[in-house]
Amino acid sequence: MLAFTVHSGLVAPMDRANVDTDMIVPKQFLKSIKRTGFGPNLFDEMRYLDEGQPGVDCSGRPLNPDFPLNFERYQGASVLLARENFGCGSSREHAPWALVDYGFRCVIAPSFAEIFNGNSFKNGLLPIPLDSDIVDRLFAAMYETPGYALTIDLERQVVIEPNGEEISFEVDAFRRDCLLKGLDDIGITLQSADAIRQFESGYQKTYPWLFHRLEV
Amino acid sequence: MGKTLYDKLWDNHLVEQREDGTALIYIDRHLLHEVTSPQAFEGLRLAGRAPWRISANIAVPDHNVSTDRTERLAGVQALKDEVSRIQLTTLDDNCAAFDIPEIPLDDLRQGIVHVMGPEQGATLPGMTIVCGDSHTSTHGALGALAHGIGTSEVEHVLATQCLIGRKMKNFRIEVRGPLGLGVTAKDVALAIIGKIGTAGGTGFAIEFAGDAIRGLTMEGRMSLCNMAIEAGARSGLIAVDETTLEYVEGKPYSPKGDEWEAAKAFWSTLHSDDDAVFERELVLEAADIKPQVTWGTSPEMVVDIGGRVPLMSEMATDTARSGLKRALDYMGLEEGQRIEDIEPNVVFIGSCTNSRIEDIRAAAKVARGRKVAGGIKQALVVPGSGLVKQQAEAEGLDKILLEAGFEWREPGCSMCLAMNADKLSPGDRCASTSNRNFEGRQGFGGRTHLVSPAMAAAAAVTGRFVDVRTLEEMS
Ligand code: SF4
Repeated sequence: MLAFTVHSGLVAPMDRANVDTDMIVPKQFLKSIKRTGFGPNLFDEMRYLDEGQPGVDCSGRPLNPDFPLNFERYQGASVLLARENFGCGSSREHAPWALVDYGFRCVIAPSFAEIFNGNSFKNGLLPIPLDSDIVDRLFAAMYETPGYALTIDLERQVVIEPNGEEISFEVDAFRRDCLLKGLDDIGITLQSADAIRQFESGYQKTYPWLFHRLEV
Repeated sequence: MGKTLYDKLWDNHLVEQREDGTALIYIDRHLLHEVTSPQAFEGLRLAGRAPWRISANIAVPDHNVSTDRTERLAGVQALKDEVSRIQLTTLDDNCAAFDIPEIPLDDLRQGIVHVMGPEQGATLPGMTIVCGDSHTSTHGALGALAHGIGTSEVEHVLATQCLIGRKMKNFRIEVRGPLGLGVTAKDVALAIIGKIGTAGGTGFAIEFAGDAIRGLTMEGRMSLCNMAIEAGARSGLIAVDETTLEYVEGKPYSPKGDEWEAAKAFWSTLHSDDDAVFERELVLEAADIKPQVTWGTSPEMVVDIGGRVPLMSEMATDTARSGLKRALDYMGLEEGQRIEDIEPNVVFIGSCTNSRIEDIRAAAKVARGRKVAGGIKQALVVPGSGLVKQQAEAEGLDKILLEAGFEWREPGCSMCLAMNADKLSPGDRCASTSNRNFEGRQGFGGRTHLVSPAMAAAAAVTGRFVDVRTLEEMS
């Protein structure tokens, strides 16, 4: 997995609450059996004026001129500033895949939907929850300042503003650790293989009906 | 101190509690479908890993499948949509390669994964159940700990039979008193979401309790737990009682003989203790709940059928005002508009929320002797599984619906998320029994109003949203 230690990047806005996974990547793109290539279809329905289809080259599609990610000033952004309950809806991991594939490494919002939050950490995308008044302030500063960029230091758990001020944030310690080191958590779990086996054998004696193969 | 149902299920599956607060949780049942599994199987292959316990898994295709009878009879290879076909054959190939049991597309038992699981007894009380689909919360209706996972976790469960998690908090929502006639589990779910919001349950496992819940059938309980995720809770739960045991008994994969007796004794302990502590509680009076209709682009944007779309002036913050404006623009509605003046042109009865036999019966009851209104260009009924379809046909419900002008389709997710050919066109307005009214969910530019099956059928036969309780049959 992509490790995340310190990252500095241009900030772009997604200025609405409850951005759902259908908005982040519409369902027609879920037909792909790959993990990559979702970036051009990130926010597809808002970003383009026509209806996106899987397998179609997006470079010739009409862009929605009112959608901020299409503005010149936000090109190359890697930090997304968003509102409450970002990532609500489905469990599709295609949502963080699309954000990462587009170039985002971090989403800052007052709150995140749980499944999305977990999926992000597993894909090198850092979701940072900050109080909504701080998020309000960052939105205002970003709109006012062309080229507005933030630095995120995951080790120290701080967001560093352009003037050097630091905003600290809290994230799950285990997830932070995995992300800092770029660890695959299956490998970590398999270190407990003996404990799993031991649990399983006792458990199977008590609940034998759970262990029959489902003959189709 | 007593334990909640969630505490009991959690403790029973705890393999390892770690110092950092995370825990290793054992998973009993893993359900798979074609959309969120291919990358997980690919991951196993790349790492050279094998599934930990094959007997824990069962797969079924549902999201991409065609609901057209002719196309279905022709088999997977004849599916017109090439990208969907690749995804479906990839599931078949992966299940064959890893020896995972799969109910194939042409099998009578095929259906939406959350309908198939309980129907087959593949999901049972007391289990931990996961699936790469957020509506896995559905299975909590059986007194199981069930939640959706992402593709990395699908791979994690395949490889280790465990998940790394943190314990959630307990939230009890009690619904007191009997539900009124024509008010269903779907209305209860929407009313709750309207009250606590789509993030209201974040961080909690929600246990639904109270006599209104006790009085629900298993189908109704599944509809309710299905929507727990729309309230932000990964899991919804309902205690095991006689209704649960009756439902589970005799299902194909349910325990038999001595194992049944042992299971029953264990399952009967699956309820919250009297002195259990919930971090959050909410009490609703069933008598206050009326049939619900969503008007916006989030399930929390919901009102009673007799209500109106909110006014700009009622919004407290700038974000709320711009959210309302955007929702109204997208939905093509005016602030303050009466719900009963809204006229859908498409009706969809189906999805893992409302495609079980009781849902089809409720729709047929309203449709009987009536005709789909002229303004409705399509009214689809998509049973949740081949078995639901067969049962409905045995009861003659398909005839009633067809006679009224509904289409009667083959099972699958269909217009719930429009990954197949069943989708809205831009500007279409749909009365839908599904669970999400997000922008574009049912098709690019499509507009969704979430309702119960009876309310959807009532909208189909009158051409607008009406209080189903005022239609004759209900009185
Ligand atoms: S019916 Fe809809 S919500 Fe349910 S599993 Fe299928 S796509 Fe998901």
